[in-house]
Amino acid sequence: MAEFLTGYAWPTILIVLEILAIIVPLLVGVAYLTYAERRVLGAIHLRIGPNVVGPWGLLQPLADGLKLATKEPIIPSGSSKVIFLMAPMLTFLLALVAWAVIPFNKGWVLANVNVGVLYLFAISSLGVYGIIMAGWASNSKYAFLGGLRSAAQMVSYEVSIGLVIITVLLCVGSMNLSDIVEAQRKVWFCLPLLPMFVVFFISALAETNRPPFDLPEGESELVGGFNVEYSSMPFALFFLGEYANMILMSGMTSILFLGGWLPPADIAPLNWIPGVVWFALKIAFVLFLFLWVRGTLPRYRYDQLMRLGWKIFLPFSLIWVILTAGFLVAFDLLPNA
Amino acid sequence: MAEAQIKPFTLNFGPQHPAAHGVLRLVMEMDGEIVERADPHIGLLHRGTEKLIEHKTYMQAVPYFDRLDYVAPMNQEHAFVLATEKLLGLEVPRRGQFVRVLFCEIGRVLNHLLNCTTFALDVGAMTPPLWGFEQREILMEFYERASGARLHAAYFRVGGVHQDLPAGLAEDILAFCDQFQGFLDDMNNLLLGNRIFKQRLVDIGVVSAEEAIAWGFTGPCLRASGIPWDLRKSQPYEVYDELDFDIAVGKTGDCYSRYVCRVLEMQESIKIIRQCIEKMPEGPVLSEDHKVAPPRRGEMKRSMEALINHFKLYTEGHHVPAGEVYTGVEAPKGEFGVYLVADGTNKPYKCKIRAPGYAHLQGVDFMSKGHMLADAVAIIGSLDIVFGEIDR
Repeated sequence: MAEFLTGYAWPTILIVLEILAIIVPLLVGVAYLTYAERRVLGAIHLRIGPNVVGPWGLLQPLADGLKLATKEPIIPSGSSKVIFLMAPMLTFLLALVAWAVIPFNKGWVLANVNVGVLYLFAISSLGVYGIIMAGWASNSKYAFLGGLRSAAQMVSYEVSIGLVIITVLLCVGSMNLSDIVEAQRKVWFCLPLLPMFVVFFISALAETNRPPFDLPEGESELVGGFNVEYSSMPFALFFLGEYANMILMSGMTSILFLGGWLPPADIAPLNWIPGVVWFALKIAFVLFLFLWVRGTLPRYRYDQLMRLGWKIFLPFSLIWVILTAGFLVAFDLLPNA
Repeated sequence: MAEAQIKPFTLNFGPQHPAAHGVLRLVMEMDGEIVERADPHIGLLHRGTEKLIEHKTYMQAVPYFDRLDYVAPMNQEHAFVLATEKLLGLEVPRRGQFVRVLFCEIGRVLNHLLNCTTFALDVGAMTPPLWGFEQREILMEFYERASGARLHAAYFRVGGVHQDLPAGLAEDILAFCDQFQGFLDDMNNLLLGNRIFKQRLVDIGVVSAEEAIAWGFTGPCLRASGIPWDLRKSQPYEVYDELDFDIAVGKTGDCYSRYVCRVLEMQESIKIIRQCIEKMPEGPVLSEDHKVAPPRRGEMKRSMEALINHFKLYTEGHHVPAGEVYTGVEAPKGEFGVYLVADGTNKPYKCKIRAPGYAHLQGVDFMSKGHMLADAVAIIGSLDIVFGEIDR
């Protein structure tokens, strides 16, 4: 009995607790990201934003969540019901499982796997399936167009994201995310790899369906696109998934380019602050960029987005991979060599 | 195996679509994302305005014109009162003319603000509408101060305008003009040179000069195609011939040039507004012919004649000599015309309204053919369609 407790039960409880310790703050983060988005957009628009529910409107996300949860979930009669309901679950699930490998601080990681980057890459590629399934299963023309668009869009930007990651891996020599952060002790990769940082950020916008690449939703064209038929909790799951993905992509940006949990400089007042705070601050900064872009730019057209992905980002990042590799070899800077 | 018939993907765009600008229903046949045919269906906002006017006295007909293009109400009233005045042979006092021109140009700014900014929203930029609506709000307050209503003003009357400007309004309008350029600069920073905005609009929905004329385009849609036709210049009415302003003429006739034309027109309108306020003489704003225009309140307390005039005007209305007339004004959207047939009674025999948006909407099909769905949205936005006037 004691062996069962120490051998199986206790580790299981521990892992569940660890998972909760990641997911609960994440979901709170998602809720307050929607609040932050509305406040930031409000400021850009010269208006106030939500400020009525609770002090400074801080309870607004809860009120919104409650409203969505109490609505009736409508399943269109022509839809393929199982897939229709599976799609939001898949989106939400994938947005959560990716967090298993994210290091929040030195050693603070649920699964410290050696191929963390590959895992993240795989999970974020799967995310598109939720949207395609939703678009197809809704049996609605607008949703169908939205699904088609997202399939094309996400595939195009995966490729350039892949090449950007390869550049980073060349400089680190490891696919472990903690190693990637540790490799930035001297200088964050956003400085030596600045063009790649920009490509990665723009691709991250496209990857998460954020403006100016929000074509699958396309408010003024497709009236919500893939999620046009969804209501209540299924819709909320899409929503949560999208915002969790935004935080995830910001986390990836911080880990790959902004030095993860590392302070900007290893000097007295800055390194007193715990690493997890630095990590959160960096994520918040990247998220602010997401919102800023949303408030500023018009939307790309479908073919222009594809052109940008395949004809500009792909060759550009490919050349940078070769340049970086050549530089590292020529000056004998390759790690682990 | 029998040959398979490939059916086009039919998309029902509207009437409940955020980019349909009201109640446009567009049945689109598409090949993937490419629009092959766009068939506009209208009539969802038909209220029978023209028929209703036949049963209203001339004064009662004025408010119906507010409700046509509800984005710039006074410009429509203008066409109707001008037509009636032409039939009556009535002269409007000079101050009245200046006040009318002033409010017509405010209407133009109101309209272009709404169109340019919601056009940006159609293309996906969500900030300009909120900035623009702040400016519109100020302008609507000017409407309210002059007429008592923010939107459906019924301010223009046969013979002039209902009341003189309240004290202080002219100064406030000038103050608005002073800060407006700052807003335009902000908006231009956000849109005019924006690469994505340009990529979305340049060479989209091109209308050649010949096509524009053949389809009956007017206003900014015509001028963007390179034809310098503006009724304010070509056949000036009111005091437009005394005012110094330019008209914006585009070259390419695409969505971008239509947008730029509107932005430039706003600047010209501000110029006109300033001049109106500077040049405005003192004097009455409403005709002194009390068979047509009501007498002053004070006069009614003293003069039996004035009291009778007032009673007759507000019960029976005024009679208009038999005849027919067409008057067009340069409304913000294009040439807004009223064809009026009078039979000598107190009601119009027939009132035909020529709405510019109606002609523009016909062009949607040929303009969006071969473009993508997102372009069709941009084209509809660039045509500046308001269904109040199209469906009437």
